[in-house]
Amino acid sequence: MRLALQLVDASVKLGGRMALDQTSVAVAPGEVVGLVGPNGAGKTTLLRAGLGLVSLETGIAELAGEAVATLSAPHRARLAGYLPQERRVAWNMPAWRIAALGAVAAPPAEAEARARTALDRVGLSLLAERGALSMSGGERGRVLFARLLATCAPLLVADEPVAGLDPAAQLLVLDLLRREAAEGRAVILTLHDLTLAARTCDRLVVLSHGRVIADGGPRAALSSAVLAQAFGLHGEWIDTPNGPLLSARHISAAGG
Amino acid sequence: MSRIPLTAVLVGALVVALGLGLALGEVPLSAGQYLDAFRHPGAPAGEILWALRAPRVVAAAVVGAALGLSGAVMQGLLRNPLAEPGVLGVSAGGGLGAALAIAAGLAASPEAVQAAALAGALLAGLAVAVAAARFREPEALILFGVALSAFGGALTALVFNLSPSPVSNTEILAWLMGSVANRDWTDIARALLPMAAGLALCLYAARALLVMTLGEETAALSGLPMERMRAAAVAGAALLTGAAVALAGVIGFVGLAAPHLVRGAVRGDPERVLLPSALTGAILVVLADLIGRAAPTEVELKLGVVTALFGAPMFALVAWRAARSWSA
Repeated sequence: MRLALQLVDASVKLGGRMALDQTSVAVAPGEVVGLVGPNGAGKTTLLRAGLGLVSLETGIAELAGEAVATLSAPHRARLAGYLPQERRVAWNMPAWRIAALGAVAAPPAEAEARARTALDRVGLSLLAERGALSMSGGERGRVLFARLLATCAPLLVADEPVAGLDPAAQLLVLDLLRREAAEGRAVILTLHDLTLAARTCDRLVVLSHGRVIADGGPRAALSSAVLAQAFGLHGEWIDTPNGPLLSARHISAAGG
Repeated sequence: MSRIPLTAVLVGALVVALGLGLALGEVPLSAGQYLDAFRHPGAPAGEILWALRAPRVVAAAVVGAALGLSGAVMQGLLRNPLAEPGVLGVSAGGGLGAALAIAAGLAASPEAVQAAALAGALLAGLAVAVAAARFREPEALILFGVALSAFGGALTALVFNLSPSPVSNTEILAWLMGSVANRDWTDIARALLPMAAGLALCLYAARALLVMTLGEETAALSGLPMERMRAAAVAGAALLTGAAVALAGVIGFVGLAAPHLVRGAVRGDPERVLLPSALTGAILVVLADLIGRAAPTEVELKLGVVTALFGAPMFALVAWRAARSWSA
């Protein structure tokens, strides 16, 4: 099966330091891959490198088997949809117009239909006409997520898609990403909540100082050793009816 | 209000403004004289109407439309409601070019002053385009533009400072204050070519302004050729502003205020605001010229003075209302 996104030994230098260092990651269609790691570990840089938004020092970045640096803008947009971390909206456009930007290449009627369907899926159909700047931060975040859903790309790349959302909206967004994967799309996302990451993702890639230190099933990737090395946490997984739950405390609080 | 009724309303308002501009003037004309002017364009009344008033109001309209469109493009490109042609230094470049030409003794040759102003504006536009290719963040481009604008202003002040002739200083000052008085059809025709090129570039870049609403990275994955479109937007706005400054001098506030006046009617859409903003700019400048002509002062008020005098308070009102709607 052709991989939706692949980085092989990719290194990126930002501001004189290695933001990514010999990193390899692959995402296949139908798979939800989570990137986790402390602040500054290189999660966003990895996503940007995979999308060709930042140049590689060394290594390979491919979308659907093609070198991302050689892709034309329209072709790249057909292969990947992206929800960046930035949530700023410049103008007070109606929510449906913002969501329709995910389908900017489609005919206007189709773009609007896809936008309204996506808004309905994130529970905002009643706010479709409201100006994005007149919404709460969480509502705006859901509108921007609806824009990602409105893309037709076979790969969805979401940088902290649940940041600023209430708990129900977080679960809704992650459930929608799982459904997209179930329908054959590939999904890669960054998350800070490790319990949500373990419940949502088929596979977790743990980054620390720009390097991959674990890559595998959630429980294996977030082993006690990895939790200690990457996050400085003493942690243990507890099984609950709703899935795994991480019980953790900072190593310094535990006396080392 | 949907797009077509808004456009129709603005076109209607522009026609009324143009009609007023033709009807009102220093020499009052009777109904019979107007009829005569239409029947015999070479008659004295025809001369007043077609050789003096008509080119003046048309010049005001095209300058206003160019500034209104340029302002809307700048605001969309920079994702900033405070952006306008002056912010990026293009107007200052045009002003400097004209000042240099006048100081060099070319005041008697309007085409030379016009060409120098256009060249100055385009040079500034080129510097902005280079910066736009280098810096993706709107804030960086605005800071660069502010520096360029201040530098252009300083060089113009230097021209004043070093000019030995008070006459040429007066001419430079008069030109910098902006006016469409005594413009003829040839002056307008000279401005139309760069304006048409600017319009074409801005229309090409219009969709890019829409996707820029969510920032550079979202735009980069939109599928549009953003680098080409950004360059087209900068070049288009520079051509429009440069041609407007070349034709009428430096006229502030129109590029800033026109997009704001219609932005609410298009629900904030930076692509759909372009045409209404151009029409609004045209209406504003035609009306401002009328006010300058009709003001009960011994000397006719300069166009740039009127736009700033009326534009600043009006803009403050619009900004106040916009800020209230955002915080509601």
